[in-house]
Amino acid sequence: MRRVIGRWFGKASGLALAGLWGALGLFGPALAQEGAQGTGGIVGSEPTALGAPVPWGIGLQGAGGPVKVAIGNFNSLVLWIIVAITIFVLVLLSWCVWRYRASVNKTPSRTSHNTLLEIAWTVVPVLILVVIAIPSFRLIYYEDRARDADMTINVQGRQWYWHYEYPDNGGFAFDSRPIPEEDLKPGQLRNLTVDEPLVIPVGANIRILTTGQDVIHSFFVPSLGVQKYTIPGRTLETWFRADRPGTFYGQCNQICGTNHWFMPIEVRAVPKEEFQAWVEEAKKKYAQAGAPAVAEAAAAEPVLRLAADRR
Amino acid sequence: MATATDAHGHSHGHDHHDHKPGFVARWLFSTNHKDIGTLYLIFSAFAACIGVGLSVLMRIELQEPGMQIFADGQMWNAFVTAHGVVMVFFVVMPALIGGFGNWFVPIMIGAPDMAFPRLNNISFWLLVPAFLLAVGSMFVGEGAGTGWTLYPPLASIEFHPSMSMDMALFALHLAGASSLLGAANFITTIFNMRAPGMTMHKMPLFAWAMLVTAFLLLLSVPVLAGAITMLITDRMFGTAFFKPEGGGDPVLFQHLFWFFGHPEVYIMILPGFGIISHVISTFSRKPIFGYLGMAYAMVAIGVVGFVVWAHHMFTSGIDVDTRAYFMAATMVIAVPTGIKIFSWIATMWGGSIQFRVPMLFATGFIALFTVGGVTGVKLANAGVDTILHNTYFVVAHFHYVLSLGAVFSIFAGFYYWIGKMSGRQYPEFWGKVHFWMLFIGANLIFFPQHFLGAQGMPRRYPDYPDAFWGWNFVSSIGAYIAAASMLVFFYVCWRTFTSGEKLAGNYWGEGATTLEWQVSSPPPFHTFEELPRIR
Repeated sequence: MRRVIGRWFGKASGLALAGLWGALGLFGPALAQEGAQGTGGIVGSEPTALGAPVPWGIGLQGAGGPVKVAIGNFNSLVLWIIVAITIFVLVLLSWCVWRYRASVNKTPSRTSHNTLLEIAWTVVPVLILVVIAIPSFRLIYYEDRARDADMTINVQGRQWYWHYEYPDNGGFAFDSRPIPEEDLKPGQLRNLTVDEPLVIPVGANIRILTTGQDVIHSFFVPSLGVQKYTIPGRTLETWFRADRPGTFYGQCNQICGTNHWFMPIEVRAVPKEEFQAWVEEAKKKYAQAGAPAVAEAAAAEPVLRLAADRR
Repeated sequence: MATATDAHGHSHGHDHHDHKPGFVARWLFSTNHKDIGTLYLIFSAFAACIGVGLSVLMRIELQEPGMQIFADGQMWNAFVTAHGVVMVFFVVMPALIGGFGNWFVPIMIGAPDMAFPRLNNISFWLLVPAFLLAVGSMFVGEGAGTGWTLYPPLASIEFHPSMSMDMALFALHLAGASSLLGAANFITTIFNMRAPGMTMHKMPLFAWAMLVTAFLLLLSVPVLAGAITMLITDRMFGTAFFKPEGGGDPVLFQHLFWFFGHPEVYIMILPGFGIISHVISTFSRKPIFGYLGMAYAMVAIGVVGFVVWAHHMFTSGIDVDTRAYFMAATMVIAVPTGIKIFSWIATMWGGSIQFRVPMLFATGFIALFTVGGVTGVKLANAGVDTILHNTYFVVAHFHYVLSLGAVFSIFAGFYYWIGKMSGRQYPEFWGKVHFWMLFIGANLIFFPQHFLGAQGMPRRYPDYPDAFWGWNFVSSIGAYIAAASMLVFFYVCWRTFTSGEKLAGNYWGEGATTLEWQVSSPPPFHTFEELPRIR
């Protein structure tokens, strides 16, 4: 009986593999199709200059830089593994349902043990996990922080807008707020476009330091492969780089109160010279606005308030 | 597992001289495990109406871009919180642990009742005020708009000044106390009250599942209680456990919450694992494949489940080496889970499978739990979780394991045991209608959410960029189908109780081997006048 079961498992594995390859042949190209304006593709490491969701998109957003490329490559590895595992399990299950339905198989077997099988379905998943884990470890250490940061930007999440500061470029700071639906110009994306985007130079490794002011928010730009909470009382570090000029959108991704859904992030990557020009302009533009803004921020800073003052 | 031929001295000679107390004494002061189990199940069904109702309103809102029916984001956030808290603490846990656990653990191990019948009563009745407080918090002040994770500083008095947040916290305190008492009761019952001959290694898998669940509750709920007590004192008494301005740390709360929160997700699914094992074995007319492996896989899941909590915090700024550890530990859980999936399939293998409604739900469970499991493996990788954390991919993942996993196991258990509990059989046709509607509906809701999450749609959003419209629309259609299946379910209940066919003790035949099938349907008020002997 044990041999019979073993044989059936063998046959089923063959069938499952055949089915799997068939399915991959059919759906693989469809799922992996590329094109920034298409459905996005499921792999998500193709380069794009527009980091935004697309209608009926099913995969990760395209990649604006190397961190997202690395995430996309790893994602496709894991995705195909888990698709294969799922199809394998579903094929086994369907086979059982069809082959061992009561009307065809009147007498059930009494088999309740098969040591070899049990060892196999313990060891094989371990091996699969090792295959996943090795590139996964490499990825998290790569994502962790910039080795050679070209510049630093301080990001602060606030209820319900973003506050960006450029300490390496003269220390100016400004707020970035979403554009209300009624003020949108043609081509601007509802709930994504902001008035003052975060401007970065193409090709520079940007170190991001996130801090919180009121509650926890999350700085999340999927197409640049970056997400970090902004937590009051802490400074967290992450990094990204944009490899081509473009606009990369993100949204606050940690519940933060009533307008949680309306504090998008827009990152505009521009060539170095254009960035320098923008910096010079920004220094002047935010010089006056900056000072009162800082004072206002300090006044609103809950850090200074004693717990007893609250009530 | 103990089999039919093992049991002796069961209650055939039992005449029906049940001394049932009057209505008030029986249902309000109940100390009988079966009556308390029934109360839990009714409570859970009632709470499910509210939990599902909330989700339908949310799906109506998300069906189109723009604000549809919600006044503002705060109202939305309060709905999100209530939906999560109600479903976790007042639907899934009461049904699986309080309901089926109370009903069948004592019978399966041959015990006359639970070890502490009065404790059992108070565990149930603590849940009622807890539920009222949780639902009531939606109607007080600005509502508790933090999500079920309750992260400060959002949950602090500055950002949630009204009493609603305190009501939600106190609801969790009461629900937690209820769970703790229940857990102590189950552990004592299972360790001390097994019938002669019912060794641990003969114990049915559902009892094993409940034992592991009870330990998870016992060790994790006090941590939640501590965390929310600190939150309450931060709110009310000027302490600063989680306030950076007072030297506290908001991330500490996340550690404490998830030290409870991660075992909590296994608390919700382990009893379901037990039920699925029984159903698969019964309808395949085969003993469970790899019984010991199945039991110890659950123990392993329980143990490892305690050391993976920070995988919910990969973007909270924990050190990269810490992330590496939690990533590896999390992936390890896939191994015992895989053992369970393959053992269930091997139990079906070579069987003579009847696809009655419980078996449909169990088969659906295996398929969908696999989907939820493998997306969990993907999320375990901190590298890719960087851009999937808090997106709809996570929502899809945990609804596949809970809404399609735990809920399917609840329905599998319901159809499997309703004849035993009520003495009347459910209508097969309508049960199948219910299954297919829920199966199609729930997949339509949650499968497209993987796509939304991969594309970067954050969770807890009442409005979204227009590109997310398509899949959100599909998801909402699925929600209406799944909600309609609830109506079919209540029709099934009504038909069962009014016109269901009367049943014998073991109406599933030779595949059903555990002790509950040795007693009449419904079992006598006192199940065992004389302890069964297991050989």
